[in-house]
Amino acid sequence: MTIESGLGTVANYVDERTGAAAWMKKNLQKVFPDHWSFLLGEVALYSFVILLLSGTFLTFWFDPSQREVIYDGGYQPLAGLKMSAAYASTLHISFEVRGGLLMRQVHHWAALIFMSAIVAHLLRVFFTGAFRKPREGNWIIGIGLLTLGIVEGFLGYSLPDDLLSGTGIRIAEAIIQALPVVGSYISYFAFGGAFPGESFIPRIYTVHVLLLPGAFLALITAHLMLVWYQKHTQYPGPGRTEKNVVGYPLMPTYMAKAGGFFFIVFGVIAFLSAVASINPIWLYGPYTPGQISAGSQPDWYMGWLDGLVRMAPPLETHALGHTISWNILIPGLIVPGILFTGMALYPFIESWITGDKREHHLLDRPRNAPNRTALGAMSLTFMLVALINGGNDIIATHFSLTINQIMWFTRFGVLILPPIAFVITKRLCLSLQRADRELVLHGRETGTLLRLPHGEFVEVHEPISPEKAYLLTAHEQPPALELPAVDAHGVKRAGGLRNKLRSRMSVANAEAITKASVNDLKEIDHH
Amino acid sequence: MSNEIEAIKDPGLPAHVHRKADSDPAAANRAERQVAILFGISALGTVLLIVSYIFVPQDLFIFIPVMGNQNAHQLGLGLGMAISLFFIGMGAIHWAKTLMPDTEVVAQRHEFRSPDSDRKEFVDAVKSGAGASGLGRRSLIKKSLGAALGLSALSPLLLLRDLGPLPKKEFETTSWKSGTYLVTDPGNRRIKASDLEVGAVAQVLPEIEDPEHRALSDIGKDAVLLIRLRPQEFNLTPAKLAMTHDGIIAFSKICSHMGCAVALYEQQTKHLLCPCHQSTFDVTRGAKVIFGPAARPLPQLDITVDGEGYLVAREPFSEPVGPSFWERNSQ
Repeated sequence: MTIESGLGTVANYVDERTGAAAWMKKNLQKVFPDHWSFLLGEVALYSFVILLLSGTFLTFWFDPSQREVIYDGGYQPLAGLKMSAAYASTLHISFEVRGGLLMRQVHHWAALIFMSAIVAHLLRVFFTGAFRKPREGNWIIGIGLLTLGIVEGFLGYSLPDDLLSGTGIRIAEAIIQALPVVGSYISYFAFGGAFPGESFIPRIYTVHVLLLPGAFLALITAHLMLVWYQKHTQYPGPGRTEKNVVGYPLMPTYMAKAGGFFFIVFGVIAFLSAVASINPIWLYGPYTPGQISAGSQPDWYMGWLDGLVRMAPPLETHALGHTISWNILIPGLIVPGILFTGMALYPFIESWITGDKREHHLLDRPRNAPNRTALGAMSLTFMLVALINGGNDIIATHFSLTINQIMWFTRFGVLILPPIAFVITKRLCLSLQRADRELVLHGRETGTLLRLPHGEFVEVHEPISPEKAYLLTAHEQPPALELPAVDAHGVKRAGGLRNKLRSRMSVANAEAITKASVNDLKEIDHH
Repeated sequence: MSNEIEAIKDPGLPAHVHRKADSDPAAANRAERQVAILFGISALGTVLLIVSYIFVPQDLFIFIPVMGNQNAHQLGLGLGMAISLFFIGMGAIHWAKTLMPDTEVVAQRHEFRSPDSDRKEFVDAVKSGAGASGLGRRSLIKKSLGAALGLSALSPLLLLRDLGPLPKKEFETTSWKSGTYLVTDPGNRRIKASDLEVGAVAQVLPEIEDPEHRALSDIGKDAVLLIRLRPQEFNLTPAKLAMTHDGIIAFSKICSHMGCAVALYEQQTKHLLCPCHQSTFDVTRGAKVIFGPAARPLPQLDITVDGEGYLVAREPFSEPVGPSFWERNSQ
């Protein structure tokens, strides 16, 4: 009676002052569906909390200044060297502050896992169609978080002002400088004069520790409130419908699992930080624009961008006394801009193609949305080829290839491989649908061979459970939109080309293997 | 029988399978002990953390198979922290999975769309509110408000003006002047042409009065690579050849693509490679781009020697160094 009555007193105290009982009663029993893939977003959330904690620790010693100092700390190889206060204080955290290096590693590992979890979560949401109405807004918030994450990560690893990260800033400056008309002005404003100057690190420090974390907190809060209010999606299965949500109540089961999972994520990150060295800035040396180390690589979530820049053909326009660097603008700004805009608008594009304006709370199995799955595979292939080229120097040295071979492979591959991935994935999805249909109609292959009296061998098939049969046939198979060029009154529709495009895409989208039905089963029985 | 397709029926939620701990008190007690052991391991992790923090010196290295030499202080802190956190999580989850209710609960969803009457009233309220403000009718107010809001957005932009100076012509100039001596980096010593052997490569900077306080922003534009080949190895126009001295050729070290230091020199092929994006420049042909994303050769510095044989710049760079920018007049 001790803990229970104590909590009862607290609940009573809170309610008498806020009247929260009705709301709390309902929400403490809120139901959360359980599935491993729902943990991906949680990993991202917990990594963010870990980033806030470890980042705060680092700010106590980090000096965000490009003031020149002479190093007199404990790391002998750099003794007496000129460096920025930012770099010197990062060395101090690494070598003199007890637990400082561990916290630096926790912070960096958590950032990598934060970004990985966001991307994995995004893929889960995309491939299961969780972004459909009513969750389009939350999808866009998610894309915003991904974009901010990339920027925040870049700014974060730029802060120590080491040779590697300084080179990254140099490249960012070149992208700014390449902007037509305003580029050189924005560069001078951002850096307080000529690159690198002494203003940039303090400025991005404010952005990194104040502005962007604030934006993150606001967006994450909105993201979670929407999940809460709209209730979580669930995978299809027996007893699960568009009208219900099946899972565990928040208190106590889900709370214990989610709370426990936070500690597991933190524990795993701490373990990685203990055994796997990451960003050993003392090996790189302080930044100076005249030097560089071979094998300069950004963190993985920037790698695709760097890969695109590396594979760009050497195109510049020189005219009327001006220069436009297409070799920077196209891979550095235009292509990423198109990709991210397309990604943000995808829920609306899909709903336009299917004409589906209903609410969806049951997730799709990826094979049952072949077009979407194929599109996802196509985009992933594009990113992967770009990422491979982002590490072309490392790959070249590890696999005894030349940079040129990898570069030419990716230059063509980035255009040719994604469509191939689309076609293969779509065929795979349709094959899997066919296999599902077979399974429902003819049952599971048992591997038991039976010899018939006249000598023929047949494999014994075993009917699958009604639950499984339902799971494999629960999805909808809507027909393609009918968009005739003339309407019922014989009047030609406006926007003929648009209609034609929509109609074509709708037909491609509706392609499916007809799912098994009771009629099919009866027919088999009949024979 | 109609021809309508009949979907396979939903058999409903499968029956709940009870766990051993639900019915067997001994199993439940066992689960409780397991949870307690997991929490106990976490406590040991915290002890390891404390011991490592206080008693293990920061410069103690120990050999661990597979991992090699490891700093004992770091490893103890990290593993202690990892164990203390991870096993709290394991304990909590084991507790939830074995002892907390695992019956699936069904809650109903409700369509988000409000009843039609509410929606109509909402639209009416918006319409009448907008109508009452007269925004639709009074176009003068609408236009002037739009203009005022648009203009007010200029003030934050304006207030950012003092973030930095205007670039003026600074992208196009470097510290190199006619007669500037080439000095070593590091060291700031003048270089004799005879100091460089064939095949050698050196980074140099322009000589300045106070080399101790050379600004990084100057290095970012002034850094030059000096390479010595045999004069007959060059394949240059007469004008470019005249800018070399006895096989010594000088290029801006700042990549014409995105400004990284072009620091990798392959002596055999006489190619310069930028480690950032792998733009490759052929030294024998005046740093012509032979591969990669760079669109322009590295600018060449016109060099000669003074009376005592020290290398000097005959002319400043004839074009801006580094990455392209809008105002750059590239021919």
